[in-house]
Amino acid sequence: MSYTDFLRQYGDRFWDGTLITAQQFLLASLLAIAIALLAGLMKLSRNRLIRGIAVVYIEIFRGTSLLVQLYWIFFVLPLFGLTLAKFTAGFVAVGMNLGAYGAELVRGGIQSVPKGQWEAAYALSMSPARRMWRIILPQAFVNMLPPWGNLLIELLKNTALVALISVSDLMFEAKQINGTTFLSAQTFGTALIIYYVLARFIVTPFMRWLERVMRRKLGRA
Amino acid sequence: MGFNWNWAFTWEILPKLLHATLNTLMAAGFGYAIALVLGMVFALAQRTPYWALTKVVREVVEFIRSTPLILQIFFVYYVGPQFGLKLGPWTAGMIAIGLHYSAYLSEVYRGGLESVAKGQWEACTALNLSTRDTYLRIVIPQAIPPALAGMGNYLVGIFKDTPMLSVIGVAELMHTANAIGSSSYRYLEPYTLVGIIFLAISLPTAALIRVFEGYVRRKLGLK
Amino acid sequence: MMEDLSQYPLELKGPDIPMVRFSRVTKRYGDLTVLDDLDLDVTTGEMVTIIGPSGSGKTTVLRMLMTLETINEGVIYVDGQPLTHMVKGDKLVPADRKYLRKMRSQIGMCFQHFNLFPHMTALENCMEGPVQVLGMKKKEARERSEELLELVGMADKRDQHPSRLSGGQQQRVAIARALAMRPKVMLFDEVTSALDPEVIGEVTNVIRSLVDEHNLTMLMVTHQMGFAKDISDRVCFFYGGSIEEQGTPEELFGNPQKERTQQFLSAVKEAG
Repeated sequence: MSYTDFLRQYGDRFWDGTLITAQQFLLASLLAIAIALLAGLMKLSRNRLIRGIAVVYIEIFRGTSLLVQLYWIFFVLPLFGLTLAKFTAGFVAVGMNLGAYGAELVRGGIQSVPKGQWEAAYALSMSPARRMWRIILPQAFVNMLPPWGNLLIELLKNTALVALISVSDLMFEAKQINGTTFLSAQTFGTALIIYYVLARFIVTPFMRWLERVMRRKLGRA
Repeated sequence: MGFNWNWAFTWEILPKLLHATLNTLMAAGFGYAIALVLGMVFALAQRTPYWALTKVVREVVEFIRSTPLILQIFFVYYVGPQFGLKLGPWTAGMIAIGLHYSAYLSEVYRGGLESVAKGQWEACTALNLSTRDTYLRIVIPQAIPPALAGMGNYLVGIFKDTPMLSVIGVAELMHTANAIGSSSYRYLEPYTLVGIIFLAISLPTAALIRVFEGYVRRKLGLK
Repeated sequence: MMEDLSQYPLELKGPDIPMVRFSRVTKRYGDLTVLDDLDLDVTTGEMVTIIGPSGSGKTTVLRMLMTLETINEGVIYVDGQPLTHMVKGDKLVPADRKYLRKMRSQIGMCFQHFNLFPHMTALENCMEGPVQVLGMKKKEARERSEELLELVGMADKRDQHPSRLSGGQQQRVAIARALAMRPKVMLFDEVTSALDPEVIGEVTNVIRSLVDEHNLTMLMVTHQMGFAKDISDRVCFFYGGSIEEQGTPEELFGNPQKERTQQFLSAVKEAG
């Protein structure tokens, strides 16, 4: 079978898989960003309990493997009465894992804002919440965008693991097609290229664009 | 079923899991050794004056870094037989994970090498040191301390990625836990224990790396 | 366009050949001509100081001589032999790396930012070249390095790493390190520019003692006009990539002929 025939026959399935991968990516990203923001701020809290919770969360999710977390969420959580559909379990695991890494970026980004900015906001008698939201976070956000670009590439790659709990993403489709055709080079090669295109020509340019926009907004262009 | 931790079962499976942990550590160690060497090759290849070589290596590194490791593992394991070259799970796994992390390590090395001030190279020229001595005695010793944090992160990273090798049948920790789960229908204990074992190794390792980094800096008289 | 190299001799002969000769040397970065058809001879044992506004190409002169920069046209000779070119058959061709390495062993250089190796002590910095490049025994290299550190007044700090030394101290170690290679020509590239005013003297004193006691050929780029006046045999004023005016310190500082030289010197004087 020529490669064009191969693509004609299995193109639809690669496309369906890619759509699921894109959904997993988007949902996991949103979750990761929310968790990162929350855990990152909690880690900077003066309250030891709040800080402790964030530390434990971050260390557990960064200290173990995503695959272990995925299996735990999918196979063990039901024992506690919390059953997640495989699609949900997939992006929740990926999002929670990358959120822990993102939390460190949020913390670092906030700490990178010069002390003078905090003091200026304080001198304007802003409330702490307002100061964080209006003054500190926008600046921190710009500073941490480049590492977030890398993190989102990691996240995209990590969504491939959801295939192991049978979410029919790109990785899963590739495995299935390989199982019936044994055309491993064509099958896995195609999947590799699709992931590469997603990362290099969609996620990375988007993040670059966002960096430019944010810089302009903060007048740092 | 419900939530009931079975201690008897725990003690029964723990030795098996600990034994598999050795395989996990071995896989991480081998993979990391490959990545350390190959990563240096990738990094140095991008510093040669040959424009085409630099460009190709750069693209290869980008490609490896932007695609999932799990897919690369499948690729290496299954593509060989299609062309009559059969690799065992260990060999294929080590190639895939070593190659994947060598791309990351090459970036760490590159950053380290670029952090060495231009004046250091010029001083080497002024003292007439050979290219070899310039790299080995002057540049690399200074490139290592800033690279250590990244190198350490990827050591822990490769360790945490070894469970992916279970998909092609490398008998490491995750593979063993899966086997226990599917034969006993108990998932709580094996998966939780695997998580604890990973934590018990990766957290102290990360801390040790930080200590080691400080030690190297002091040893080299930097800072 | 290939440059016609046949106009240059394969080597300089005669009783009084210069230690360094720049022969019609041109250096360009893209469209910008940094040095324009430069001719400059430095005789053995001479101390030549190069002054001039920034961007006049004065540092480039030293960097080309150290082979840190390539040249676009012309030939540089050191001790009668071509430096930037080598003889192949009966023609000059651009020097290869091996030849450059051989030739540049005759030249030593001190930098504005010292460029000491931070992971080595003062003594190790001085021993590095003799042991690794000259193949000297460690014991011998140590003795020589200790002598040189003594000479620059840094013997008591020999086991310190550069991060523990002041700028003036680092620069003195850097001078000892360069001398340890026994160069015929020493280059000083703005060696006091990065120093605090109060420690400049300790470095200039070391250079002064080299001029007085050693028969070294030296080229120096500096902004310290007083120092240049004191110790130079000859001062060259660079402007726009070539030598605008040169002469003894008395001539150049006391009675400058060209308008640009006068302007530069009065501007420097006003600045302090």
